[in-house]
Amino acid sequence: MKLLVCISKTPDTTAKIAFNGDNTKLETAGITFIMNPYDEWYALVKAIEIQEKWGGSVSVLHVGPSENDSIIRKALAIGATDAYRIDTEAVSADQVAFQMASFIQQHAFDIIFTGKETIDYNGAEVGGRMAAQLNFPFISFASHLEMVAENQAIVKRDMEGGTETIQVNTPFVVSAAKGMAEQRIPNMKGIMTAKSKPLNVVTPQEYSPKINIVSHELPPAKKAVQYIDPENMAELARLLREEAKVI
Amino acid sequence: MVLVFVETENGKVRKAALEAVYYGYLTAQKLGTSCQALLLGNAEDATSIGLYGATLVHQNDSISFNFFDNQIYSAAIAQAAKKLEASVVILSHSSNGKSLIGNIAYLLDAGSVSAAIDIPETDKGFSVRKGVYSSKALVNIEINTPVRVVSVLGNSLQIRVVGANTEVQSISLDVLQPGIKVLSVDKLQSNVTPLPEAERVVSGGRGLKGPENWGIVEELADVLHATTACSRPVSDADWRPHHEHVGQTGIAIRPNLYIAIGISGAIQHLAGVNNSKTIVVINKDPEAPFFKSANYGVVGDLFEVVPKLTAAIKNLNA
Repeated sequence: MKLLVCISKTPDTTAKIAFNGDNTKLETAGITFIMNPYDEWYALVKAIEIQEKWGGSVSVLHVGPSENDSIIRKALAIGATDAYRIDTEAVSADQVAFQMASFIQQHAFDIIFTGKETIDYNGAEVGGRMAAQLNFPFISFASHLEMVAENQAIVKRDMEGGTETIQVNTPFVVSAAKGMAEQRIPNMKGIMTAKSKPLNVVTPQEYSPKINIVSHELPPAKKAVQYIDPENMAELARLLREEAKVI
Repeated sequence: MVLVFVETENGKVRKAALEAVYYGYLTAQKLGTSCQALLLGNAEDATSIGLYGATLVHQNDSISFNFFDNQIYSAAIAQAAKKLEASVVILSHSSNGKSLIGNIAYLLDAGSVSAAIDIPETDKGFSVRKGVYSSKALVNIEINTPVRVVSVLGNSLQIRVVGANTEVQSISLDVLQPGIKVLSVDKLQSNVTPLPEAERVVSGGRGLKGPENWGIVEELADVLHATTACSRPVSDADWRPHHEHVGQTGIAIRPNLYIAIGISGAIQHLAGVNNSKTIVVINKDPEAPFFKSANYGVVGDLFEVVPKLTAAIKNLNA
């Protein structure tokens, strides 16, 4: 089975966010960048689990410059077979999806995995855009995936207040949420072998992004917390009704 | 024209869909055009969509819409948008809306913004504001294509009645053959407002010590007509169902009122809830980081404080 995992680079969850260049760009000084957690913990590990059981290969695909190679090497250290990096700066979901889907169209993959969203722009758009361009089914927010045959999977998908169970034939695109797999930490052998695994650089297609960032803002500072005496819950109830007007 | 895709559940229009309609109405007002709605399947209250600003509802009730198939839905919505010459397509940022936005935008060769929190700025171009970096910042994104697709984050605007019941007209669409098979749909308690749509949420953490103690959380939620939620350790320990988990890896919510009971407030939890308009934190540890993000804080034993708060609200309502 040929599996593909699309990975993205994001600031670490705990990063302090600031902007420069007229508020158009993230201030990267002092920020640690990581592989997007949904891509790493759930999409990548699930693909590796399938490969371990059914054979085949797990490729990772990334859109970004060579400075992002350390993130790709981490995916190889966790257990991916090989990697492809489309050599251009990622500027928007539509551009990333177009570059990735155009690459996928030239190769045959059975399952294309993404994380459910990135933790920076929280857009959840890349999977759907790729599926549309490829004309593949798209299962979003999968919390469980089991191959029942070489070409068929049963997928559980999260939705408001419950789950849906879906049967789908390959090829398809799936976005991975919590529950799909357990995070794996690369071991020393993985880190050593990752260095010699193929990391192929792919030339990007011509494309003009359909959106552009006008500006960023930091949210207004929150007022200091107002403490209420634990013996006086009538006062809290009153404040929620009269001051906050939420009950 | 602004076209709003209206999601339904159990044969009724969803609250998130009415918000999308009202958002579409306000956008259409700004653009000097009309707002119309698209309904796939059936809804007994379809004419009421007009109350929130749609002048016409287009409906296609093919049985293929009985189950959610991303390809079928996105192809139908894109086709309707082309046929009706919509310049803006609005969706709810629900689990289905999130699945559809990229697909529809690709089919319409459109730029898109998901999880918008404000009406688009249309004085110069068309730009939309949304939260980024797990709500640690906001961004204004300009869409530079003739057709734009936007999904609206739940609870971003207070809907108002701005119109009257409206006509429902049938629209013919070429519906695709299914590419997937939905084997089952498992939903719990259909009378509870789903978390992303809930205006009030009462959430419990490890401080509750065990699933057997959730009664006090449910009683408080009950008097507030709130939906219950929980932190990650609680769902990981199976004290509460997975779909109640709010936070970065769970669901991100934006209620008017979020009451956190026995939750310390790790950054990953805050990422999913700090967009809430009013936050109440009840915790016995005065050093709990959550207090820094709270509007109201109660330092005390939750097993005593929560029943007292429930009683106080009951009193207020009496």
